[in-house]
Amino acid sequence: MSTLLSLSNVSKQYGKDTKAISDITFDVRKGEFVAIIGPSGAGKSTLLRCINRMIDATDGKVIFDNVDINKVGKKNLRKIRTQIGMIFQHYNLVYRSTVIENVLHGRLGYKSTVAGMLGMYSQQEKEQAVQILKELGLFEHMYKRTDQLSGGQKQRVGIARALIQNPKLMLCDEPIASLDPSASKIIMDHLQDIAKNKGITVICNLHQVDVALRYADRVIGVNKGRIIFDGTPSSISAEKIHEIYGSDFGDLIFDTGESHE
Amino acid sequence: MNNRFFLFRRFRTLSFIVLLVVITYVFMIVTEYDVSKSFTAIPKAIEWGTTNFYPNAASLEKLPDILLKLRETVLMSFASATLGALFALIFAIMGSETTKIHPILSRFTRMVATIFRNIDLSVWSMILLLSFSNSAYTGYFALFFGTFGFLTRAYTETIDEVSNSSVEALRATGASYLSIVSQSVLPSSLPQLMSWLLFMIENNIRNATLVGILTGTGIGFSFNLYYKSLNYPAASLVVVVIIIAVLAVEYSSNYVRRVMM
Repeated sequence: MSTLLSLSNVSKQYGKDTKAISDITFDVRKGEFVAIIGPSGAGKSTLLRCINRMIDATDGKVIFDNVDINKVGKKNLRKIRTQIGMIFQHYNLVYRSTVIENVLHGRLGYKSTVAGMLGMYSQQEKEQAVQILKELGLFEHMYKRTDQLSGGQKQRVGIARALIQNPKLMLCDEPIASLDPSASKIIMDHLQDIAKNKGITVICNLHQVDVALRYADRVIGVNKGRIIFDGTPSSISAEKIHEIYGSDFGDLIFDTGESHE
Repeated sequence: MNNRFFLFRRFRTLSFIVLLVVITYVFMIVTEYDVSKSFTAIPKAIEWGTTNFYPNAASLEKLPDILLKLRETVLMSFASATLGALFALIFAIMGSETTKIHPILSRFTRMVATIFRNIDLSVWSMILLLSFSNSAYTGYFALFFGTFGFLTRAYTETIDEVSNSSVEALRATGASYLSIVSQSVLPSSLPQLMSWLLFMIENNIRNATLVGILTGTGIGFSFNLYYKSLNYPAASLVVVVIIIAVLAVEYSSNYVRRVMM
């Protein structure tokens, strides 16, 4: 299948000599589910944000859908961002607004400033929002204020907001880091479904190695801002995982999980 | 276990308190402030107040006059607070870390607000007295400037605190700047913005009295007039009326807050 996203030698430097990420190079195909793992502070979030230019990379090229996103102007950047959905660890919703309003926020990128300011959405957009909420099991919560929902439900609202953009790519920044195991499973199942059945590429930062190995088509391991593993979950060895996390055998919670199997 | 750590912490707290006491004592000597004298003066003041400073039957005749002035003062406080809030909101949006348009513009708006905040109300009154003399404009503008300066600061902090995360999410969807402000920043922060505004209205009614004394308008003028003509019963009636007005505004604004939250 065709390449949707291609990063070559992408680096981000803060100040004089703090490199958040350096020399990141990888291609992602359409519909692929990629998990990025690595210790805290390895640059996973920075890497994700360089893709939709929430952070400007200092070096390198990011080609999304045949467009070099570091070269486009402000207006075109907005257009590209409509094609890239993003979900966050802390959901980043407008908590005083209702669920359906939060979902429709995903359409703002397609609107003129006036229509966006007044929150004018077409009938079609509203129907699509309802449809997505049904799929995600939030139909009955549609008119509730978002701060009344549980964490898992909030994250599903976040997914709905991203889906209504009709994106080609979903960036997920630690989507399950604040959720309990059952809510985590629901979210990961939805993300997997999105990649498999909707053909949307998913790139997901994860702290849970076992989750990454179970769900992803491909795992990228990052340590100190550099990629040190890139391959299928089945090809990753325990030694490699320890190298990613810079740890010794038995020092990861992942190891205890393994020993029970 | 390092016991000297806790010893050191205790020593720091203790030396801070000692320093505070020493500074207070030195300043008391310099200003020749006599503690016993100032405290023995309190009973005397109470004695004078109870024998002279209370409304009597004759002073009630002045009530219609006083109420008329009160009306002027209350309306002035409302008008200055609401207009000040409007300007403060615009400046706060431009000045806030989350929603700034340009770093230089942000610093400029913060600076303007700081200048307005740090010039005291009484100073504004005296300055404006030169251009507007003894009219309601003087007080109005003095209160307006004070409100503007204070609320810009309060609003800036509210916006940064409340809407940071949802702004990031909406930027990632490609939404335009004004859409983000109206769909995310305003809904998230509106209750707190309103709460600050209500606080400022209460505050302005109190301040309007002082401004009135200085500029010869509103209820402050009534107080000054009666006080200087030694009509203490009428002056005390003014004080009672102000207290009732402030309590009434406080009560109703608390009600509005409860309903809104």
